[in-house]
Order: sequence, then C-alpha cells, then structure tokens
Amino acid sequence: MKKVMMGNHALSYGAMLSRAQVISAYPITPQTQVVELLSEMCSDGTLNAQFIKVESEHSAMASCIGASVAGARTFTATSSQGLALMHEMLHWAGGGRHPIVMGNVNRSMAPGWSIWADQNDSLSQRDTGWMQFYCASNQEVVDTVIQAFKVAEALMIPAMVILDAFALSHTYEVVDVPDQGLVDKYLPPFKPAIKLTPADPRAFGGLTGAEHYMELRYKLETDMEKAPALIEETGREFGKIFGRDLGLVDPYRCDDADFIFVTSGTAGFTARVAVDELRKSGVKAGNLRIKVFRPFPFERVREVLGKVKKAAVVDRNCSYGAGGIFYQEVKSAIYGRPGMPPLIGYIAGLGGRDITTDSFKEIAADAMAKDRAEEEIVWIGVKK
Amino acid sequence: MVEIRFHGRGGQGTVVASKILADAIAKEDKWVQAYPEFGVERRGSPVVAFIRIDDKQIYDKSRIYTPDHVVVVDPTLVEAIDITEGLKPGGTIIINSDRRPEDFPFHGKFKVRTIDATAIAVKHKLGSLATPIVNTAIAGAVTKILGLARLESLAAAIRDGVPIKAEDNVKAATEAYEMA
Amino acid sequence: MRPKKAKKIVFKSAEEMPVMICSVGHQTHNLTGAWRNIRPEIDRSKCIKCGICWKFCPEPSIEVVDEWPVVDYDYCKGCGICAEECPAKCIVMVEEQR
Repeated sequence: MKKVMMGNHALSYGAMLSRAQVISAYPITPQTQVVELLSEMCSDGTLNAQFIKVESEHSAMASCIGASVAGARTFTATSSQGLALMHEMLHWAGGGRHPIVMGNVNRSMAPGWSIWADQNDSLSQRDTGWMQFYCASNQEVVDTVIQAFKVAEALMIPAMVILDAFALSHTYEVVDVPDQGLVDKYLPPFKPAIKLTPADPRAFGGLTGAEHYMELRYKLETDMEKAPALIEETGREFGKIFGRDLGLVDPYRCDDADFIFVTSGTAGFTARVAVDELRKSGVKAGNLRIKVFRPFPFERVREVLGKVKKAAVVDRNCSYGAGGIFYQEVKSAIYGRPGMPPLIGYIAGLGGRDITTDSFKEIAADAMAKDRAEEEIVWIGVKK
Repeated sequence: MVEIRFHGRGGQGTVVASKILADAIAKEDKWVQAYPEFGVERRGSPVVAFIRIDDKQIYDKSRIYTPDHVVVVDPTLVEAIDITEGLKPGGTIIINSDRRPEDFPFHGKFKVRTIDATAIAVKHKLGSLATPIVNTAIAGAVTKILGLARLESLAAAIRDGVPIKAEDNVKAATEAYEMA
Repeated sequence: MRPKKAKKIVFKSAEEMPVMICSVGHQTHNLTGAWRNIRPEIDRSKCIKCGICWKFCPEPSIEVVDEWPVVDYDYCKGCGICAEECPAKCIVMVEEQR
C-alpha cells in the first residue's frame, strides 16, 4: 500500500510492522514524531506494545536492555545529544549482546546548538558494538528496520537505523508500506535462547576477569563478521518477497566509471544526480553509496574501488585530529592491496549545510585535477 | 522534474497544504518529495515549504533554490520578503488574494494568478474570521492551475489528511479548483 | 510599537569568528520584541501597583517606574504570563498589527 510519509514515521511503521513489543524512548528534535506515532499506535491498538516512559535517553536505553534481556523485541529512537547521553548504555547493549533496534536521526552535536544534519553523533558511537545502517530514502528506512530486527536477533547484536535530520526525518516521500502478513513471514517472533526469567535464573553482565573478558569480545567480533553475509542473504530474501533488495552498498554507474564518489546518507542520493550530469558532460563518473558502516563492508568496497581510477570520499562528519571518518575507514580497507585507486577525502555539509549537485561537481573537478590527495581534508563550502 | 515553493506564516497550514498536495500527487502514481524549511518556528513568522514532483524516483535531496513555481498563502508576505527569489523565468506565482494579477509588481515578469482563498475559507467556515484556514482552498487552486492531480485525488488526500471538517475542506478545495 | 527587525550579526568567514562558540558580547541589540504576536496592555485605572507582573516577567521586560509597571516593548516577547498572573486582571493581551 503506497503512502506519503515523513522519515520519522517510516521508522514508526518499521517498528510497528516488526511487531516491536517494548518501546522506551525520550523525545528530542528531530525525532519526536517517531515516538508520537508509536504511542498513538500503542494506544489505538495498531501496535500491541508496552511503552515505558523515562526521564532521559540513558534510562531509555537501560529500559530497552532490560526489556530485551527479558525476551522482548525492543525498539527506540533518538538523535545527537540524546544518543550521546546513552553512550554508556550503548556499550552495555553491544557488549551485552542485546538485539535492540534503534532509529537514530543524524543531528549535529552541540555546541553550537544545532538541530540540522551531520553524522558525528552516530559515528562517535561506532566502537560500541552496534551495527549501523545509513538510509537515503524513507522506503529504505521502513525496509531496513524490518531487516535490522532479523539480523540483530540472529546474531544477538543491536542495530542502529540512521537517517539524516530533516532531509529525511521531516521529508515526505512515497513509501510502499510492506504488507504485515508478508513481514510476519520474513520476520518470525523473537525467541532468544537465553533470557532473564525466574524459570531459569541467571545473572547478566557481572564481574568478568581477564581470564574470560577477551573471549566474550572475541565472540562479539566474530559474530559481527558474520553480519555482512547475513545482511546480503536476508537482503536478497527481502527482495524476493517485497521486490526491493537490501545490501551492504549501493553502487551507481560504477562498472565503467573512471572516477567515483564514495558517499552515505541522503548525500549519497544527491550524488547520483551529479553523476548523471557529469556523464552528460563526458566524465565517466559513478557513485558508491555505503549503506552499512558497521560491520564495515570491506569486500564490497574493495570490489568496486578496484575497478576505478580515482575516488573522492565525501564525509558529512569529522573526527577532529584525523579527518573524515568514512575516508579513514575506506583508506584502511584498501591499504596494501594491489590495483587500488588514489583516494581523496572531502568534508561537506556539517551542521546541516546543504550538499548540492554543485558541491559534487566542485568535488569532482578538484579530485580529477589531482593525482593523489594533497592534504588530509579538502573542505567544501567553508568560508575560510 | 517540477519544483514548487510555498510561502506562508506559521500556523496557517502551509506545511499541511504541501503535504496534502504531495498525497494527491502520489495518488496520480507520480514520485513526490515535500518538506518544510527548517528553522525556529512560531505562529506568525514566515515559513517556507517545498515540493518536488517527477515521473521517476527523485534522488536530489538538497534544498530547492530555483523553483519552477511559487505559491503565496499569506499575501502580506509579498511586501515583507522577496517571494520571487530564485523563481525560474516564466514561472507561475499563485497568490491568495482578492486583488487582480496585474496589481502585483512582478506581473509580466512572471505569470501571476490570484485566488481569494480567504473568502472561500470564510464561506465554508474553516477556521475563524481572524484566522481562516486557507490551505485546502489554496491546494485546490494550485492543483488546477499547475495540473498536479485530478480533483478526486485531491479530495481523497484531504479526507485522509485533515483531522476536522474534512468535507467542508473538500468543498473549499473543490470551489477553488473550479474557480481557478 | 513593535521593533521591525532584530539586528542580525553575520560572520563572513571562519577567521572573523571567535574561537569559542559564544555571542559577540552582550545581546541587547537583539530586539526580541520583533518576535511578538500579542502584546500586554496595562490598564492603569485598574492597576493596584502590586508588582506581581514585574516579578513574574521571565524576560525581564517589565520595569517599575514611579511605582507603575512599564512594559519594555523592545524586548517583550508577548508570553502573556503578566496578564495571567495579574491579581487585578488589568493586563490584556492584544494582537499585534503585522
């Protein structure tokens, strides 16, 4: 059924169709509509879930962890300052192996106090043991929440479904809402092997000495390494049922490209428009949109990059002192491998500054004039 | 691809108008993208909303800088701000006003159409005399003038998206559509 | 009555900006009265000079001058708390002309 909805509501529909059983969340711009619609759905019976009201995001994630370990399929949503506030609990959910799915709206970190889009909030959490899915359309948001629950629960690893503030969260697009019956076939109920129950008493997350801790983390990492294949397999399964494949990366016109952009989020869709315009003017351009950032899709990224002559990585984030984060990780993915192209790193769109097709053309012109990166960061659109 | 910009004041339903139009356009099996300009909002301050329409999936997620058409929900904005900024030459400006198109300074440079949506809203008792709800009447006029959708699609979108007095809103939109 | 526009400071480049994320000195140039949609009007014939409006104004945009409350319309944002709290009900919120 086709429906025009905003990105935030796409998150709500994803959680509703996935039959989330417990939702605990705290409001923050630009996420509030996610939780508003979910609480309406709970109160009118569309969604049979328990809604736990809390006084902060830290408590929201703590509640989610409690609910998840008790065996409930759990969902929450937040952004920026709220995500940062739950940082300690993100480590707990990741390390504790609690398959919570969380929608995060990419909003800049304060100060300066900003409600507009950039990726530092979610990327600052990349070490916490959560999967990270970056979406570029509201359709992708609904679909990815459903797939995220399937993968998270299979691997016992939590997942973030991430969308840009306003460019996606508050933008209305046409969404083909998946049929509930078909979603039920794709995503069976959550049945964890171990859970918090008086029938089988256990203690969770207790004091762990050096003789055990490392093995537990080794297990997390090796399970995380199963995720790329599982995401592709469940993505193909999704495609068979709903007609839309969900993979790790979205390459566009890369097969015969000399030069490509490497992008993520909504900028990754705007890049396509720039690619088409560049192609019209004779440049064999392409775009590689990275959809899954954790686990990092090493193989798929190497596959695409190995065939092109040069790539410009465009980051809507900055790790102060080391530059764009996707740039660093793409560089390390191809390090030492033969046949890889020079990479040049660009930072654009911080604090919600618009990234336009002109921005991409500026990046392409700059990259094509260089044989290799001449500095760690090329800033786009900054009034120096 | 067609790009439209809406100008209104906070609290008049400009954003809802763009959402209803998006719904109506989607019912015609077209791709549509609608969003408000995001800033500090309060009742009475100028707000801007945007729509993109295309026959194929819309990938451009940047802001609209050079719209093809402009819609002005509150005529006092014509004096307050430059509603023609970035408007492509030959574009259409649709204004909620009881004045004639020739009365506006930009008539001639752009195609100007007026619709007295305020009078229509008051006639159908939408909102109050002080703050009539003009957005569905505007949606009706815009739909007809720019050929965005059939009247039935707009009516269905209004019934889906308007919380109260849906049928009165449909009547207002229909009257504006037929007058435009 | 209402200030037309609050003065806005725009920096042309990163170099011009202070290193810390702070305002450029005091903010008195920011005439928040421009934000108002409704304004308080005090009826002196009913005012009992209790000072409650002055106490409750969050801005503060009410001064006491010769024992009378006087609204500073350059900054008053029209929140209506003074009208709500006035025990003599002598403050009325009036729509601003646009």
